[in-house]
Amino acid sequence: MAERKRADRDDDLPVYLARPGTADQVPRQKYGGLFCNVEGAYESKTIDFDALTVGQRSSRSPRATNREELKPSKHETNFTPSHTQRQPEDTVQIKNAFENEPPQNLHKSERLLIKGGRIVNDDQSFYADIYMEDGVIKQIGDNLIVPGGVKTIEANGKMVIPGGIDIHTHLQMPFRGTTTVDDFTQGTKAALAGGTTMIVDHVIPEPGSSLVEAFERWREWADEKACCDYSLHVDITHWNDSVKQEVESLIKEKGVNSFQVYMAFKDLYQMSNSELYEIFTFLGEHGGIAQVHAENGEIIAEEQARMLEMGITGPEGHVLSRPEELEAEAVFRAVTIASQTNCPLYVTRVMSKSAADIISQARKKGNVVFGEPISASLGTDGTHYWSKNWAKAASFVTSPPLSPDPTTPDYLNTLLASGDLSVVGSAHCTFSVAQKAIGKDDFTQIPEGVNGAEERMSIIWDKAVVTGKMDENMFVAVTSTNAAKILNLYPRKGRIAVGSDSDLVIWDTDAVRTITAKTHNSAAEYNVFEGMELRGAPMLVVCQGKIVLEDGNLHASAGTGRFIPCTPFPDFAYKRVKARKQLAILKAVPRGMYDGPVSEFLPMSRGGTPSASARTSPTKVPVRNLHQSGFTLSGPEEAPIRPAGRRIVVPPGGRSNITSLS
Amino acid sequence: MSTTAAAQLNNNEEPGLNGSWVELEMNGNTQQPNPSLPSLLGNGNQGEPQASQALEAVQEEEEVLTGGLEHVPSSSSIHNGDMEKILLDAQHESSPSSSSCNSPPRPHSPDQDEGQITFDVEMPSERDCQSDDDSLEKDKEDDILMNKGESWVADWSSRPENIPPKEFHFRHPKRSGSVSLSMRKTGAMKKGGVFSAEFLKVFMPSLLLTHLLALGLGQIGENLIVPGGVKTIDAHGRMLIPGGIDVHTRFQMPDRGMTAADDFYQGTRAALAGGTTMIIDHVVPEPGVSLIAAFNQWREWADHKSCCDYSLHVDITEWHKGMQEELEALVKDHGVNSFLVYLAYKDIFQLNDSQMYEVFSAIRDLGAIAQVHAENGDIIAEEQKRILGLGITGPEGHVLSRPEEVEAEAVNRAVTVANQTNCPLYITKVMSKSAADVIAQARKKGTVVYGEPISASLGTDGTHYWSKNWAKAAAYITSPPLSPDPTTPDYLNSLLACGDLQVTGSAHCTFNTSQRAVGKDNFTLIPEGTNGTEERMSIVWDKCVVTGKMDENQFVAMTSTNAAKIFNLYPRKGRIAVGSDADLVLWDPDATKIISAKSHHLAVEYNIFEGIEVRGAPLVVISQGKIVLEDGNLHTTEGSGRYITRKPFPDYLAELRGVPRGLYDGPVCEVTVTPKVMTPVTSGKTSPVKQAPQPVRNLHQSGFSLSGAQIDDNVPRRTTQRIVAPPGGRANITSLG
Repeated sequence: MAERKRADRDDDLPVYLARPGTADQVPRQKYGGLFCNVEGAYESKTIDFDALTVGQRSSRSPRATNREELKPSKHETNFTPSHTQRQPEDTVQIKNAFENEPPQNLHKSERLLIKGGRIVNDDQSFYADIYMEDGVIKQIGDNLIVPGGVKTIEANGKMVIPGGIDIHTHLQMPFRGTTTVDDFTQGTKAALAGGTTMIVDHVIPEPGSSLVEAFERWREWADEKACCDYSLHVDITHWNDSVKQEVESLIKEKGVNSFQVYMAFKDLYQMSNSELYEIFTFLGEHGGIAQVHAENGEIIAEEQARMLEMGITGPEGHVLSRPEELEAEAVFRAVTIASQTNCPLYVTRVMSKSAADIISQARKKGNVVFGEPISASLGTDGTHYWSKNWAKAASFVTSPPLSPDPTTPDYLNTLLASGDLSVVGSAHCTFSVAQKAIGKDDFTQIPEGVNGAEERMSIIWDKAVVTGKMDENMFVAVTSTNAAKILNLYPRKGRIAVGSDSDLVIWDTDAVRTITAKTHNSAAEYNVFEGMELRGAPMLVVCQGKIVLEDGNLHASAGTGRFIPCTPFPDFAYKRVKARKQLAILKAVPRGMYDGPVSEFLPMSRGGTPSASARTSPTKVPVRNLHQSGFTLSGPEEAPIRPAGRRIVVPPGGRSNITSLS
Repeated sequence: MSTTAAAQLNNNEEPGLNGSWVELEMNGNTQQPNPSLPSLLGNGNQGEPQASQALEAVQEEEEVLTGGLEHVPSSSSIHNGDMEKILLDAQHESSPSSSSCNSPPRPHSPDQDEGQITFDVEMPSERDCQSDDDSLEKDKEDDILMNKGESWVADWSSRPENIPPKEFHFRHPKRSGSVSLSMRKTGAMKKGGVFSAEFLKVFMPSLLLTHLLALGLGQIGENLIVPGGVKTIDAHGRMLIPGGIDVHTRFQMPDRGMTAADDFYQGTRAALAGGTTMIIDHVVPEPGVSLIAAFNQWREWADHKSCCDYSLHVDITEWHKGMQEELEALVKDHGVNSFLVYLAYKDIFQLNDSQMYEVFSAIRDLGAIAQVHAENGDIIAEEQKRILGLGITGPEGHVLSRPEEVEAEAVNRAVTVANQTNCPLYITKVMSKSAADVIAQARKKGTVVYGEPISASLGTDGTHYWSKNWAKAAAYITSPPLSPDPTTPDYLNSLLACGDLQVTGSAHCTFNTSQRAVGKDNFTLIPEGTNGTEERMSIVWDKCVVTGKMDENQFVAMTSTNAAKIFNLYPRKGRIAVGSDADLVLWDPDATKIISAKSHHLAVEYNIFEGIEVRGAPLVVISQGKIVLEDGNLHTTEGSGRYITRKPFPDYLAELRGVPRGLYDGPVCEVTVTPKVMTPVTSGKTSPVKQAPQPVRNLHQSGFSLSGAQIDDNVPRRTTQRIVAPPGGRANITSLG
């Protein structure tokens, strides 16, 4: 309510100080910027005569109250019992142009007008009306001139935010013959229920299979089932020249600009450092974003073996075998490689303090790195792995694991608020208890993943905004805008502006709800946030210009989601990268030819064939043999240690470029 | 003559000393005169030409100084003509029948001036007129003493400090009970004030010394009572410090058929010239060669040529199952307690993370120390390719392809693995700020990690890689490379001073220009290594002590004591104390010299510190009780260096426990058998053959095609997999909440 109060105070100001359509805060005006049309839109279209009349109050509140008097609310959105005592002006009203139209058909409406909302973008908040048509925001401003037959939503000064973008989901993910319980329908429904209007799912091709084929398969699944717009990351699970070509075609033709590589899951998805280097180099050249699942898979494998050997088979073994250091180590390594290859890096699932610290340090050093904490790491911790209830403990199993340190969520929220972490995903990947039970005798077999798509926005609001760590604009940035920028979808997504998609959410800052598996929209039996009371919830969700959540009722229909292609070279990351590329041109030192004496040596050697794939190439054995022969040779040579004949002698012609000691 | 003054000083000094005295009990077979019954190599002074001649005459492995037992006036000691004769006699005697004392019995000397300093030294009478027959017996006893002495030395460091005695009491009673020794930390260092006015005498029993190596130092104190015939060095208030320990050298290192230009003789000579009396060299077994074979090879080389005591690190250049036994043998039978693994040199020495984990685990179990050459070899290989692709073939390519980030990354990784395996970690060659920072941070988090900057990284920087003079640029080639950031040396010196980095090595590994020229067209072929063993002490003094970053005590810690502690040589080495080895340096803090390849003791044409003027230099260097540097002249004996064994440390165990739960008897999904984590046996990868990766790859591919087929099968199956509560109810899966 802080915002409301401030707004009220604003109303008391003289009219000439209260600008029409502006917010309580001092807006960061960006004249001449990309979105100056937003500013201009209402200035030209809405002449608020009341506001210009000296001695009268600003038009906003009176107008709202007037309307309430005139048009009593038709649909009151009551989320929780706590809402029942609310004053009418705190509720959202939807007025249909045709009074008889049944509410069930609301979502088919193509023209929407949201009146009296406080638009919150990542840079500023202001009061204005929004008119949407055909899934696109057409006008923003006061006193919009709109065609008839428009459905009007009275926001009553509530926050209107761009719909959330969940940048990391694993819906309908195949896993060793089973599939996650939340398919694209179930998952996107849950997302919409939580105020998220776009998801970005991960395509995981089996190692060795074609990336493009896997991508097409995922598209097929999602096109058929998704209820909201979606986009896809593609995970690179193996690397060779044909994969390289596929990646290129995905970037250029298929609208994928982000690719994830795994540093964990040894012998399955894990990439070696050399492969990471090559992939990052390639992505850096082609304008992709390199995402990493950062954990040191080699050491994890060792630790897992050790844990099992010690007789630890339960879910606690999962977290014990994946200590947060290993996450931090891998993040550090990924940052190093990305910095070497000048490729923007995106670290998925930041689960621990130390990993987050590495990211924030890297950012301080100027590396282009984005960190993605997930709902689970922001909302809960890893103490539950020690739960006596196996199923509960198993439901928390995800990689990297939740940190057993209970102060981690708070820490990550702080870094998120300070901008060191950029964007929040959910890594929503749910398995039923029966599926988790695959690993009942061996924690390494437990399918990994937690829920979070539905709770994501509320968790951030509750943990970061309510606690005063971040403001509403930052909230929008981390839940939506930054994701859109990274994916190069901005300003189509992630902003309320003329021309943007009409994906928006009326956010109820005061709603309180208790998370429980009984009421959530996911198909999983356990919810990792079970029993958590969260403030802040979506009151109304508009997706593709249609109302999909209203009054606590979801009106989502499977298959309406569109694939949103992403273009390479997102400015958010690549402006800096491009500039650095121009700086980083290396030059050799011009020297004359060396014509002094040269020792004999066995050519096997040290820097020999430094190709990444050399490890598996058959050249290894000869290398080894040469070594051995080299050794034996040097043995006898050792006796005259400094063979006189080998000392440098000035050659007859004189030393051309080896100058004498200075 | 000096007694009075010394006694006074003794009084003055008491408060300062109190804090650092340690009283130790030695349970030894003291039938024999206490081995520490001393002779004295007194406080060195440069102006003793005769002594040096005498010493030169005795280019034997045993230098014996004998004479009448008298209170030797400091300045007159060696000048008497007897000296040479005595030395020669001693030399004679030492070979056939070890030793005999022809010195007259020395009466119990009463306290001369003041009663406050008492020395109860009981000289065994039978000892003094030992017959030749006795000498054999004595040898045996000495051996016993030596053995005892070793274990006793090992016990030393763990003893708690007792309340310091007020005075210097050296009691060496002839009894079978315990003998109490007094020693103090950092030896004579704190006595700077004392020295300034008076003479410190360090007594070294000449005859006994060679037999009592483990207990080399006889007595320390003021107004010591010494047997006659000792050589006395007048220190004139200079600092007497424990001889430096160079923890990282690569003398005589074979590299692709070439051998490092400085062999053990040349190298240890240079080390001694710089005030370093012990080196620890790296054994680099070629992959495929047994560690023990390589170790023996190195020992052979070093035993023949080394002029000072040495010890050996063993590098682990490959890893498979059998190696663990070799490690164990090296630790238990050969006195090696440190092993180095390489994270760089891809396809040659490099180990992967799993191997590193296993090596560290093995090392931890053996109570040894893991050393790491920290650079990410994978990235380097890629970068080298790229840099060569850009047409950069000169030495600057070396540093461009090995950016400091890559070093920091590897350090971070090694720290992580060490932390996981609970293994103490030692980072060799800390060359960059960021790597040092990672170490400092890790230490703050409580990881047991030590960092070793080297002479080169403390004394110079990597801007020379861009020198137009190829040979000069190539002389700086080492890995990790010197940082091109010119503020790096200062930064590293600061971290060294504040204790974030602990010890200094030299990583001395020199190659001639003609050897370097192997890589004239390709920087990746240039043999790597820089000089530094001779300059190490002076550089640290000049950069740290002169600049006020550290005091002289820290200087001793950084150049020798910490090294001795880390590698379990303390207090035998790295300390001036009764019972420690007689490796001492008389340090002149005011001497200045300009380092130049013209005057250095190395076999190479270039010195990377060329033209740098350093303050601080050794005046007299005593190694194994012999003066090896005096008056700027080196008197070294090839092959006199002994191999010093190092014992492992005791280990600790941490226990983890699982959560006790009932059995899960709920429904379980069916699963295809492709295991998510394939048997995490890493050693399989390298064991008998290194080409194992090939099959691993194949497994990958086959595995994927199998599961690929199943993805499609399973999509429709999904609905049937929903959880249903089994008829018997859920046994231990409690309901929500």
